[in-house]
Amino acid sequence: MIRDQTAIVGLGATPYYRRGMSAPQTLEELVGKSILAAVQDAGLMVRDIDGFAYFAGGFDTALLAETLGMPEIRFSATLTGTGGGSAGAIGLASAAIVSGQAEVVVCVGANQQGAQRFGSITAAYPATPENAFFSAAGLVGPGHMFALLARRHMHLYGTTREDFAEVALSTRANAVTNPNATLRQPMSSEDYFKAPMLADPHCLYDFCLENDGAVAVIVTSAQRARDLRQRPVRILAGCHGGSRDWGRSIYWMNMPDESFASSGHSAVAKRLYAAAGVEPQDIDVAQIYDHFTSQVIMQLEDYGFCEKGEGGPFVRSGAIRRQGGTLPVNTDGGQLSCGYVWGMTHVREAVEQLRGVAANQVEGARLALVTGGPSIIPVSGLILAN
Amino acid sequence: MVIAKRPPPELFKPATNAWTQPFWDAAARHLLLVAQCTDCGACRMPPTPFCPACQSQQIDWRTLSGMGEVYSYTVVERAILPGMTDHLPYVPAVITLEGGGGVRLISNVVDVALDELVIGMKVMVVWDDLSEGVAVPRFTPWAR
Repeated sequence: MIRDQTAIVGLGATPYYRRGMSAPQTLEELVGKSILAAVQDAGLMVRDIDGFAYFAGGFDTALLAETLGMPEIRFSATLTGTGGGSAGAIGLASAAIVSGQAEVVVCVGANQQGAQRFGSITAAYPATPENAFFSAAGLVGPGHMFALLARRHMHLYGTTREDFAEVALSTRANAVTNPNATLRQPMSSEDYFKAPMLADPHCLYDFCLENDGAVAVIVTSAQRARDLRQRPVRILAGCHGGSRDWGRSIYWMNMPDESFASSGHSAVAKRLYAAAGVEPQDIDVAQIYDHFTSQVIMQLEDYGFCEKGEGGPFVRSGAIRRQGGTLPVNTDGGQLSCGYVWGMTHVREAVEQLRGVAANQVEGARLALVTGGPSIIPVSGLILAN
Repeated sequence: MVIAKRPPPELFKPATNAWTQPFWDAAARHLLLVAQCTDCGACRMPPTPFCPACQSQQIDWRTLSGMGEVYSYTVVERAILPGMTDHLPYVPAVITLEGGGGVRLISNVVDVALDELVIGMKVMVVWDDLSEGVAVPRFTPWAR
């Protein structure tokens, strides 16, 4: 068990640029800037870094070590899969440290979108025998694919577009008061319903942003964390994986009916709570991967904040509102309205909440949940404490 | 009344391997097949080298009726790639295949009035010949 043996001690980020606005910096440069900022935040030196734990393909450790001047790398590993691993990469770093393979590990995520946008990324996938079974259908991006899950959820449980709207509106309300957020103008229910429908039932505001930027955190042992500059953010559990039944999820669409209209997180969620020794009702603030509003609702179900199928009524009750809610969600404005850096913005916000320095600080936040992207397995989750 | 069109045919990127070739060979002849495990009878889609239920590599290819049911769908109304505009709206859908042991195919519902679309709608396969020897299955309502 990794519980309480490691901590996040450093946090660094570039600005969240609007898509394409980070030029002429390169992607590696954005990554490097976020790492240097995290090292400085921690009160460490670049030469202290001896490990990298990535997700979604990761970055070029050799180039980073050479460029930034890290004398010896002892651990460099990447979770398989895509955005599902954003929270789990922290757990990978903890595993490296607890097993004695490295002492100071960087987790970093970054986007820089040029000609290829995430919104149409699946159309750019290579021709493979597996991809041939969805490419003909015109499922050009994840938004089209997750719309199929959203529609099924509406059919099974009576979830409505008003429920999706509440996720978009509550998240935007958080962005309005966060100076770092990309979209800070208030949004009304009327604005939401006037937005163009992109892939029914998903309209424009059910889709996340596309930003350029990088976010890095530094993980080290709980013991070493005590002597560093920042108050340590304790890692109670970081888990990744998922069930075969979910598997390639949106790319095969043959999940059993019980899990089709879900986020695919339920197996990881159970393991995560057990590993952390906490229950859903203990969580003070949740950073839920919000590439699509409908998937926030399904994750709230899979993480046990409400019963399966009750996610719509749960959000409609105001539960995820920062003011008046029982579980403030995506307190920075999320990927829907603050910034999209493949889930690493959620790690950042959880760390800032637990340090007590968030732009939209939740009073007395002690336990934070972070989830990785609902996607192919592995998906992942993270529970942090102060 | 808005009628669902077909997505841009150039989005289809055919590629096969030994395990999927029989499906596409049959498709070219307008036959819808499903891979069924010879040993345990479990069906799977797409066809892959091992049966996930018993790990057998023996496959019986069964010809299906071509009937099915809409399991879920979305309506794509906005062009996010050049060349999509003339094809809007189109309806990506997940179809449960009759006689397929519960397996589903990712496809489209075509030539349907959008306001008639509903989960559970009975559909039947229609074949789009995209090029010489390449056809893809799509579905259209049959109970009208």
